[in-house]
Amino acid sequence: MTDLPILSIVTFLPLVGALITFLIWEDSEVARRNVRYVALFTTIVTFLVSLSIWFRFDNSRSDFQLVEKMDWISQGGISYHLGVDGISMLFVILTTFLMPFCILASWESVEKRIREYMIAFLILETLMIGVFCALDIVLFYVFFEAGLIPMFLIIGVWGGVRRVYASLKFFLYTLLGSVLMLLAIMAMYWQAGTTDIPTLMTYSFPAGMQTWLWLAFFASFAVKMPMWPVHTWLPDAHVEAPTAGSVILAAILLKMGGYGFLRFSLPMFPLASADMQNFVFALSIIAIIYTSLVALMQEDIKKLIAYSSVAHMGYVTMGIFTANAQGIQGGIFQMLAHGLVSGALFLCVGVVYDRMHTRQIDAYGGLVNNMPKYAVAFLIFTMANVGLPGTAGFVGEFLTLLGAFQANTWVALLATTGVVLSAAYALWLYRRVVFGTLDKEALKSILDLNTREKWLLYPLIILVIYFGVHPSPVFDVTQASVDNLITNYQAAIDGAVQAAQAASN
Amino acid sequence: MLHLIVFLPLFGFLIAGLFGKQIGDKASEYVTTGFLIIAALLSWINFTGFWLGGAETFTVPVSTWISVGNFTADWAFKVDTLTAVMLIVVNTVSALVHVYSIGYMSHDPHRPRFFAYLSLFTFAMLMLVTSNNLIQMFFGWEGVGLASYLLIGFWFKKPSANAAAIKAFVVNRVGDFGFALGIFGVFVMFDSVSFDVIFANAASFVDDGSAAQSRIVLDFLGYELARDSALTIICLLLFMGAMGKSAQFLLHTWLPDAMEGPTPVSALIHAATMVTAGVFLVARMSPLFELSHTAMTVVTLFGATTAFFAATVGLVQNDIKRVIAYSTCSQLGYMFAALGVGAYGAGIFHLFTHAFFKALLFLGAGAVIHAVSDEQDMRKMGGLRTHIPRTYWMMVIGTVALTGLGIPGTIIGTAGFFSKDAIIESLYVGQNAFAGYAFWMTVIAALFTSFYSWRLIFMTFHGKPRASADVMSHVHESPNVMLVPLYVLAAGALLAGLVFHSQFIGSHHEVGQLDPHYLDFWKEALFLGPDNRILETFHSVPALVKWAPFIMMALGFATAYWFYIRSPELPVELARQHNGLYKFLLNKWYFDELYDVIFVRPAKWLGHFLWKQGDGRMIDGLGPDGISARVLDVTRNVVKLQSGYLYHYAFAMLIGAAVLVTYMMFPGVR
Repeated sequence: MTDLPILSIVTFLPLVGALITFLIWEDSEVARRNVRYVALFTTIVTFLVSLSIWFRFDNSRSDFQLVEKMDWISQGGISYHLGVDGISMLFVILTTFLMPFCILASWESVEKRIREYMIAFLILETLMIGVFCALDIVLFYVFFEAGLIPMFLIIGVWGGVRRVYASLKFFLYTLLGSVLMLLAIMAMYWQAGTTDIPTLMTYSFPAGMQTWLWLAFFASFAVKMPMWPVHTWLPDAHVEAPTAGSVILAAILLKMGGYGFLRFSLPMFPLASADMQNFVFALSIIAIIYTSLVALMQEDIKKLIAYSSVAHMGYVTMGIFTANAQGIQGGIFQMLAHGLVSGALFLCVGVVYDRMHTRQIDAYGGLVNNMPKYAVAFLIFTMANVGLPGTAGFVGEFLTLLGAFQANTWVALLATTGVVLSAAYALWLYRRVVFGTLDKEALKSILDLNTREKWLLYPLIILVIYFGVHPSPVFDVTQASVDNLITNYQAAIDGAVQAAQAASN
Repeated sequence: MLHLIVFLPLFGFLIAGLFGKQIGDKASEYVTTGFLIIAALLSWINFTGFWLGGAETFTVPVSTWISVGNFTADWAFKVDTLTAVMLIVVNTVSALVHVYSIGYMSHDPHRPRFFAYLSLFTFAMLMLVTSNNLIQMFFGWEGVGLASYLLIGFWFKKPSANAAAIKAFVVNRVGDFGFALGIFGVFVMFDSVSFDVIFANAASFVDDGSAAQSRIVLDFLGYELARDSALTIICLLLFMGAMGKSAQFLLHTWLPDAMEGPTPVSALIHAATMVTAGVFLVARMSPLFELSHTAMTVVTLFGATTAFFAATVGLVQNDIKRVIAYSTCSQLGYMFAALGVGAYGAGIFHLFTHAFFKALLFLGAGAVIHAVSDEQDMRKMGGLRTHIPRTYWMMVIGTVALTGLGIPGTIIGTAGFFSKDAIIESLYVGQNAFAGYAFWMTVIAALFTSFYSWRLIFMTFHGKPRASADVMSHVHESPNVMLVPLYVLAAGALLAGLVFHSQFIGSHHEVGQLDPHYLDFWKEALFLGPDNRILETFHSVPALVKWAPFIMMALGFATAYWFYIRSPELPVELARQHNGLYKFLLNKWYFDELYDVIFVRPAKWLGHFLWKQGDGRMIDGLGPDGISARVLDVTRNVVKLQSGYLYHYAFAMLIGAAVLVTYMMFPGVR
């Protein structure tokens, strides 16, 4: 294609915004306002430009589209290679869509070092988009790992009281994963002689090697996801992160794990994925039941939602490894829906946190009396989190369970208990925060949503319901690529079975 | 027309919900109520087509909802006789409840919200009954659950209302757990969730005589099931959903608590419509249930047990609404018992008549509560007959309809007389293992029903007033806006049986032949297996069986009269003598306490344990905290903490990238 390198433009537009922000040296009220507007403007423009990716995307093709390729480090065969397929494209859109919300959410709540804060967010956006567009494994690695630095800073500098502990935990977990992934990438290069993702997807690694590579990648993605038992960094990170940080963490960063499974584990190591299916199922079920029970007993709103995120990601990993159409497409949809819903829930927490500066559930109660609009918005997102049909939360959850039922009924049975538990913890939270009488002195003068907050929450309400009632736009995009993925996966396994039979004859 | 029937309530909800503040209380009420009245009238027009014959089953596609791989679920309406019946039940009761609420809620500050919720509920219920596939049905199913949650907790300042709302939603979710698994099973076996496809394949599914019959079709929890047992499992899972929504034994605990909601809500949702969704589900899935004798037997068992259990609890309750709530629970048990022996017509007929007289009783109870300044305890009522005579007579009509007053052997009788007697007679001739058990349970329950219903009337309206003089001085008859709905429902309670019985259950006919009225009416909406002769045989039962419900009813009335009019000290004495039994019944067989001990507390304990011990001590202790403690020991003296981590991290990544790049740039090393 001779036209614009659209993926590069979308990826690096935020960086341009960051540069402009960087040049605003002054530290006056006007300058701070300009910083906010530059960031907001940049993210909105990036989103609008990114929409053209969707328009130019051909739903019927299963290969990578809008591809850009240049030599980067020619001796190693490492290239600057970007492209999207049905699996990755919507994550790019989700990222660019949520960024303006993050900027708006930080409008008033962040006061210190606003310039650095915005720069961190804009750089983070570039790196996140890069992860979903990268078609060279080294490039992917660079984006994937570098993205942690701004997030690390956001928690560490603008976080809450225990931010040091939270960032340390974040660091330890991710370091473990990334070291192993780096080793695996080197091993893959050594074996296949390329770092090009499309090429690697067609390369068949020896069965024994697949297991080791799978485990190394799994270590990294499982931490990101996060899967039980490497999930404990998430509640702490969420609790300490500023609102926008939590939104990005829950909505985008967690999805990189699921995206990694779909981009690397399943297509590149199909045999290992099949072998490890039950292992992943077991961890997913534990995640769903265990973290739902833990969520039930939380005293901190953000922690409760964080644990609920872990449970929801359990559905995603379960769905992905069923390796059937309902499971995988359900998993992708669940990730996108969770991006909207959990992001919105953290925004909801941010709304009351900005007013009261506490996240303790006990400190609230009876908000509906003074904040009816807030109560409605929070209710809709709570119901979406519970997976009520008609909201986006239902479609993914239902499809992943349907996929699981076809793969293994025990898995489906145990995972479905999550629908009962999620209702319990979510409604109990809602009841304690929103319902009841408003008799706490500190809450008496609390105000309902202001215009900025309406702009934050209302569009998300519309989308959550729209995609709950009409999810087809998403499935149209993912269908071809997922079918292709499943076909190749099945072919690899059938091939291995035949080879084994031939060997035994 | 169908679009209007289904979507008018949705528009009503949106208008009152979004713009209630702007357009005001009155406008919200009139818009939602007006829409519902139109929808109800259209439903009757639609029903008339089916009633008088001529109308055919039709499907109205709207759009595709979810389509993934070979799985497709549409938004589409399927209207057959069963749906047409449900449409009039839902819309009629809903319209009347809307009207009634204009009066009942007139002092409430949140009226637009209330009416919006009522309309939302109606919309969800209509989606449920018009669905042409299981997924849309599930949408309606959970939608009514949401509306129920919102309406039970409508008075959000009351902690008891909030607790009841959560309980209702969560217990229903337990049922939905089974329902969802049942849907998955249906999809695995039939490759579709559309009713038309399922039913077309169901008949030949089990008994096609081929070798395929014994092939394993479903691996459920390690059991490899052939077609017939797989079908049984699926039916039982679906029935679990029905049990939750229809408050059957074991999953019934939410329904009595749901009475915390405003009384019109109890009438609409927790008596006439939502709780019958489970009955509708089983009737709708009759082509599957008919193929599984085991599943049918289980349905009868649970139905009969619920009918008996709820009736015993109803005997001693003192809260006027709770008596009626347990009565509802018990009557739903009757419906399931009938479905279980294959008497679908009788079950649905009881659903239909029950909607009228139970809504009447609830709305009447609401009028009573309204009259005595929001008092619900019957021990503080009494002697209201002369003060609110109209309400009194409406309640009496509801009671005679519920207890099934009528002359056996003739067609003179109230609505309940036709439908309840048909159920008891069907159970007598029923073929499954629990039919005999169900017969006795429902006959005994008929006695209890009569007793507690008349007890309610006598305690509330007869005898000396037990309320304070202050309350009694304020007792007033309700306004017409509340009374007129009662009159309409009373007409239904008296006449619905007489008018519709030959269509719903058929009348006595030649042995070996079904009443053509019945066949013309239901067509294929209710499926009868080839061995199902129940509708032909139940008309010819021994006279004693025909008279049994009547005798029970008379006996119940006499006992209630004796206990509460003649010698009111007797029940008190009886309760004292049999204190254990009385407490057992009063505390609803201790189900709430039991569930608290075996489910709620362990879940909370486990959650706390996993959090503090699992996450805290095990994972963090051995993982990051343990390691970081070591790291801290080392780094404490070396660098300042805060900058240290970032520095380390960046450094590690840099080294990593450097090693990687170096490695690749020198092919020689490979």
